[in-house]
Amino acid sequence: MTTLSLDSVFRRIRDTGVYRSIVRHGAASTNRNRSLLVFENLFLHVHPVKVRARTLRFAHTYWLGGIALACALVLVATGVLLMFYYHPSVPQAYRDMKELEFVVDNGLFLRNMHRWAAHVMVFATFLHMMRVFFHRAYRPPRQFNWVVGVVLLLVTLLLSYTGYLLPWDQLAFWGVSVGTNMAKTAPLIGEKARFLLLGGNIVSENALLRFYVLHCVVLPVALLLMLSVHIWRVRKDGGVQGPPESPTDREEVR
Amino acid sequence: MSTVPPIDVVDSIDPVSVPRRIALVRPDRRPAVRTTEEKYVMTFPNLIVREVILFQLVVIGLALSAIVFDAPLEGIANPLETPNPAKAPWYFLGLQELLHYFPPVVAGVLMPLLVVLALVVIPYARINLTAGPLWAGSGARRAPLLFLVGGAIVALFAAFRCWPIVVPTVAVLLAMFAARGGSSSGRVRSVLAKVTLPEWIMAWFAIVATVLTVIGTFFRGPGWSFVWPWTRSVGF
Repeated sequence: MTTLSLDSVFRRIRDTGVYRSIVRHGAASTNRNRSLLVFENLFLHVHPVKVRARTLRFAHTYWLGGIALACALVLVATGVLLMFYYHPSVPQAYRDMKELEFVVDNGLFLRNMHRWAAHVMVFATFLHMMRVFFHRAYRPPRQFNWVVGVVLLLVTLLLSYTGYLLPWDQLAFWGVSVGTNMAKTAPLIGEKARFLLLGGNIVSENALLRFYVLHCVVLPVALLLMLSVHIWRVRKDGGVQGPPESPTDREEVR
Repeated sequence: MSTVPPIDVVDSIDPVSVPRRIALVRPDRRPAVRTTEEKYVMTFPNLIVREVILFQLVVIGLALSAIVFDAPLEGIANPLETPNPAKAPWYFLGLQELLHYFPPVVAGVLMPLLVVLALVVIPYARINLTAGPLWAGSGARRAPLLFLVGGAIVALFAAFRCWPIVVPTVAVLLAMFAARGGSSSGRVRSVLAKVTLPEWIMAWFAIVATVLTVIGTFFRGPGWSFVWPWTRSVGF
């Protein structure tokens, strides 16, 4: 063997015992292996092995749920990196923002990306909801998945809102003050709910810590769980539902 | 059809020898068989590759905007110095705009609660499953009722001088009634004629929410007064 092409190198690697212990099927060059690639993979097996060709068209879903999910992944990745540089305390939280801007390599880039991804996620989730409504994709058997989606929209809003306080600048402080003052007016539970959320009667260091824990632990876990249910049910209910379909499949009497 | 065997009915209470049938096919009527002409493709590579490309496009788009636009950072939080106006994040500015017209318990609690409730019940309300084009068939009889309800909504919000809701509501109502009997006329009207009542309502909600959010974000200055967006900077 004198010829050494990239292809032969890949083939050699694919034939090693170690590789075959990780990925049991061979190259995805046959439909059998393409099937195995999907259903032997924990992350890909939310997909069926075959999908309806029309669901791949852009106007079928406008990929809005996918955009929201992609933003969520970007947010997790950048968020974890930001956590390495952040202290949820006053006034260190604000100093960490300056630190990110002037000291940390690409710190400002990280923060920018996290913030824009958050805004895009809120917007994409809302558009996704509109798309599903106007395509009437909430109809049976998908009723409950619509409800899960509404909960996911609320979780997304709460994630964005709790993250809004963390830089501890004027924008953050007063944005959260205005929002929680609105909650205060709810009859019976308003005051108590606000106290529980802020850990006090005003937006203070306690509120910063609570919002931090909610933002970095509680709400992301809630999002992950609900998102898993949401996507799993899409699969169970027969894949993504696009615009209402005229009955193209003929009913034949045999 | 002439060679169909006759029905053989066996009456028995023994489920082992005679399992209970759940459907009985009469010899003169054969079951309809649904034949799909759908085309299916392999998930890998067709779908997976598209998903990867989508993810890459999102990451590239976000990275470019992160290079060009910096996230805002103002001075350190100071409880003693209230900025004027103090604004919530943009997605709550629709609610904050409502706060300008309604008491806090209505704008901050009642209305968002109603919106969430209305969203949750959508798939369980019969009208959302069965509704056809609004004015089709016997739909024309709905006109007086819809006129009354629409007028009542306009009157209610006008009483609170909430013009950002009144104006879009009137616009949507005009479009809705313009669609009446529009299936045979111009292109726009024939499209509008296909819209169902739930779609009219959701479109109305989306337009109102957008108008309120845009006004709250770009057109509100000190003391929540009306300003032009180019006279002040907007923080996200």
